[in-house]
Amino acid sequence: MTDNILVAEQVTKRFGGLVAIKDLTFAIPRQSIVSIIGPNGAGKTTFFNCITGFYTIDEGEMVFDGIRLNGREANQITRLGIARTFQNIRLFSNMTAIENIMVGQEPHLTSTWLGAIIGTPFSRREEVDAEQEARRLLRFVGLAGKGDAMARNLSYGDQRRLEIARALGSKPKLLLLDEPTAGMNPKETAETTQFIRHLRDELGITILLIEHDMRVVMGISEQVTVLDYGEKIAEGKPAEIQSNPRVIEAYLGRGAAASATINTAA
Amino acid sequence: MKNIDWRYVLRLGLIAGVVVAYVSAIGVLVTFNSRSIVAGVLTLGQLILYIAPLWAGYLVGKKVLADGGSYLESLLSGLGVGVLSMVPVLGLIILPHALLPNLRRIFVNISPDLITLLTFQQESLLSGSLLLVGLMTALGLVGSATHLIPTQVRRPLAIALLWVVLVGMFSELLIQILRPLNRTLVTTFFQGNALKSNIALALFAITAALNWIVTSQRETVKTQIKQLPSDYQKGLYIASLVLVFILFMLLPRVVGSFLSEVLVNVGLYILMGLGLNIAIGLAGLLDLGYVTNFAIGAYIMGVLTSTSSLGRGQLSFWVVIPICIVSAMITGFLLALPVLRMRGDYLAITTLGFGEIIRLLALSDWLRPLIGGAQGIVFIPKPAIFDFVFGTSSQLYYIVFFGCLLVLFVSVRLNNSRTGRQWMALREDEDAAKAMGIDTIQTKLLAFTLSAASGGLAGAIFASKLGTIFPNSFDLLVSINVLALIIVGGMGSIPGIMVGALVLIGLPELLREFAEYRLLAYGVLLIVMMLARPEGLIPSEIRQRELHDEEVISTVENPSA
Repeated sequence: MTDNILVAEQVTKRFGGLVAIKDLTFAIPRQSIVSIIGPNGAGKTTFFNCITGFYTIDEGEMVFDGIRLNGREANQITRLGIARTFQNIRLFSNMTAIENIMVGQEPHLTSTWLGAIIGTPFSRREEVDAEQEARRLLRFVGLAGKGDAMARNLSYGDQRRLEIARALGSKPKLLLLDEPTAGMNPKETAETTQFIRHLRDELGITILLIEHDMRVVMGISEQVTVLDYGEKIAEGKPAEIQSNPRVIEAYLGRGAAASATINTAA
Repeated sequence: MKNIDWRYVLRLGLIAGVVVAYVSAIGVLVTFNSRSIVAGVLTLGQLILYIAPLWAGYLVGKKVLADGGSYLESLLSGLGVGVLSMVPVLGLIILPHALLPNLRRIFVNISPDLITLLTFQQESLLSGSLLLVGLMTALGLVGSATHLIPTQVRRPLAIALLWVVLVGMFSELLIQILRPLNRTLVTTFFQGNALKSNIALALFAITAALNWIVTSQRETVKTQIKQLPSDYQKGLYIASLVLVFILFMLLPRVVGSFLSEVLVNVGLYILMGLGLNIAIGLAGLLDLGYVTNFAIGAYIMGVLTSTSSLGRGQLSFWVVIPICIVSAMITGFLLALPVLRMRGDYLAITTLGFGEIIRLLALSDWLRPLIGGAQGIVFIPKPAIFDFVFGTSSQLYYIVFFGCLLVLFVSVRLNNSRTGRQWMALREDEDAAKAMGIDTIQTKLLAFTLSAASGGLAGAIFASKLGTIFPNSFDLLVSINVLALIIVGGMGSIPGIMVGALVLIGLPELLREFAEYRLLAYGVLLIVMMLARPEGLIPSEIRQRELHDEEVISTVENPSA
C-alpha cells in the first residue's frame, strides 16, 4: 500500500451522542486529486479536521506516509507534510500577504528569538531566504506585486489564492482544500480548477478536495468519495458517481430543489 | 434653513452645556482656574469653559456643510449651539441663587468662587450672566466660522493656538529652566506664572508661520532627500539618530531636577509599556496583571540590595538587575502555565487576579519575615559605579534611558522576526496559526516570558530609585496605567507607547495640583480616544489600515458566498 499517501482505517468521530463520522475507511493515492462530496452536514469538514489533528478521532487509525497520526497535535501534523485551507477563509488578516506566506513556511524555519535579538548571520540569512521564497510563491499563485498589501484588503479571489500560497509555504506532500471555489463566479471557478490541476502537475503533491461545485469535482478528480451522515456511501471515478442511485438519493432526499441532477447542490 | 439638522444642533449644544455644567459642579473649573495661561487674559479653567461651545460649534458647522448647507446656515447652527450650550450653565448660576439655596450643601463645589468665575467678576449676577451668554454664543459662532478659513490656513492656526496654550500652561516649568540661564529673558516673556499677552500673540504668529512653512515645504524636502544617493540618505539617517541621542543625553541637564524626575517615571512606564506590548500588541494576550512583574523586580531588588535587617546579600545594583529580569521572566512563565488554554476575556480576568494576588502576598503576614509586609523594605541603596552614585533623578535618568534603549532594540528586533510573526499569527487566528505548524503553547509561553522581562527591569529601577518599597505601590492601577498608555498611544506601535507614556504619565505629573481629577481625565480621554481615534495617537500602520479601511473591508467580507 505504499502508493497511498494517506490511509484512514475505520475512523469514527463522535460529538456527544452525535456520530459525525462513522467507520470511515479511505485511501488517497499518491499524486492524485481526490474529492470528498456530500450534502451539508455530511461530515466532510469534520473529516478534514480529523486528518489535520484539530479533532482527535475516537476510533480507528489515520496513517500518513507510513506515520500514525493518532494523538498528534495539529502543528505536529503540519510539520509532517499536510497543509490545509479553510472553508471560510482564515488568513491572518492584519498581516501582509508576504507575512502570511512566511508564517506558512514555519515548519522549515529554525531561527530562534535569541538569534533574532542578537541578529545572528544565520537568522538574517533565513529571513531573507524566507522572504524570497514567499515572493516566489506569491508569483506562483498569480499575486505578484500584491505582497505588501494587508491580507484583508485583497479581493475575495485573491484571498483564496493567498490561502493556497500560505499552505504551499510548508512544502506539503498532501494539500487539503476546503471548498476552494466557494463564492466564486464561473470564470474564477474555471481559473481555480485549472490552477489546482497545475498545482498537482507542477509540484507533484497530492490534493484532497471538499467541493460543492460538481463541475469542478467531475472535471479534475481522479477519485470521488461521497459522504452522507458521516458514512461513505459511494466511491469511484467521477462518471460512476454521477450515475450512482444512492448518491442521487442522498442529495435529493435533502429536500433541496427538485432538480434531477446534482449540479445545483450547495 | 432646510440643511440644518436641528436635532443634532440641540443635542450637541446641550451636550456641550452639560459638560461645562458638570466640570463646574465637580470643581474642575475652579481648581484649574488657578493655573494661568496668558497673564490677565486666560486661565486653564476659562479655557475648559470655552472649549466646549467652540468645539460643538466646529462640529455642527462641519456637519451642516457636509449636508450641503451654505456658510450662512453653518454659522446659524453654530450660533444655535452656542446659545443652547449656555442653558445648563446658566441653570448652575441661577438655581442656587434664586430657587435652591440648599443646592450647595450637596454640590459643595458650586462655590461663590465658581459663580465669580462664570460671571467674569461682574458685580451684578445679571450683567455677568449676560456676558457669559454673549461669550458662549460668540464661541459657538466662532467654532462654526472656522470652516470659512481654508484648511491649509486653519491647521497652522490651530496648532499655533495649541502651542500657546501648552507654553502658557507650563510657564512655571519653563521659568525654572530659563531662570538659571538668563534672568531678563524670564521677565520679558513671563508675568507671574503665565505668558505675557504680547508675547503670547507673538508666539502664536511665529508658530503659525513656522508650521505653515514646514507643511508647505515638507513634500519638496522629502523628494529632495529621496533623490540623494542612498549612501547620503543612510548617512543622513544615522546623523539624525546621533543627534536625537545627543539631545536625550543632554536632556536632564537642560530641564532640571523636577522634569528629570518626571522623565524617569515616564521612562519606567515606557519600559513596562514596551514589555506589555509584546503580550497585548503582538500576541494579542490581554494581560491585566502586568504589575506582577513590576512587583517581582522591585522586591527582588529590595531584598538583595537593602542594607536594612531584611536585606540579604547586600549585593550591588548591577548584579541584581539581571537577577530581577530573570526572576520576572520565570514568574511570567509560571503564571502563563495555568492560563495557556484561555482566550480573550477569561485570560484577562485570570491575569487580573494574579495581579491582586501578588499585592496581597506582599502585604501578607506570611511573607512578612521575608519582605516586610505592610512596612515594606527600606534602605535600598541607589545604583553606583565605583564611587559615583546615581543619587538624583537627573542621574537615574541615564539608567532608565539606556534601559529603554535596550528594550526598544529588543522589541524592534523581535517585531521583525520569525518570533514576531508567530505572535502576530497567534493574535490574528489561533487555530489557523496552529494549522501552519506553530506550536501555540510554546509561542504563548514565550510571549508571557519575554513580556515580563522589562516589567522586572522597570520594577528593579523603581525600587532603587525610591529607596523604599511598599505593597501599595503595586496595585491594579499600575496594570491599568500600562494598558491605557498602550491603548492611547496605539496598539502594537512602539512610538505610540512613548507618546502614550508622555501623555498619561508625564502630563499628570506636570499637573500635580489637579491630581484628584486624574482618573476622571483618564476616563474621559479613553472614551474620547475610543470614539474619535480608536487606533491610538500614533497607530501602528497595521491598526490604522484595519480601522479606517471600512470600504475595502466590506467588499472583502461580503463575497457572494
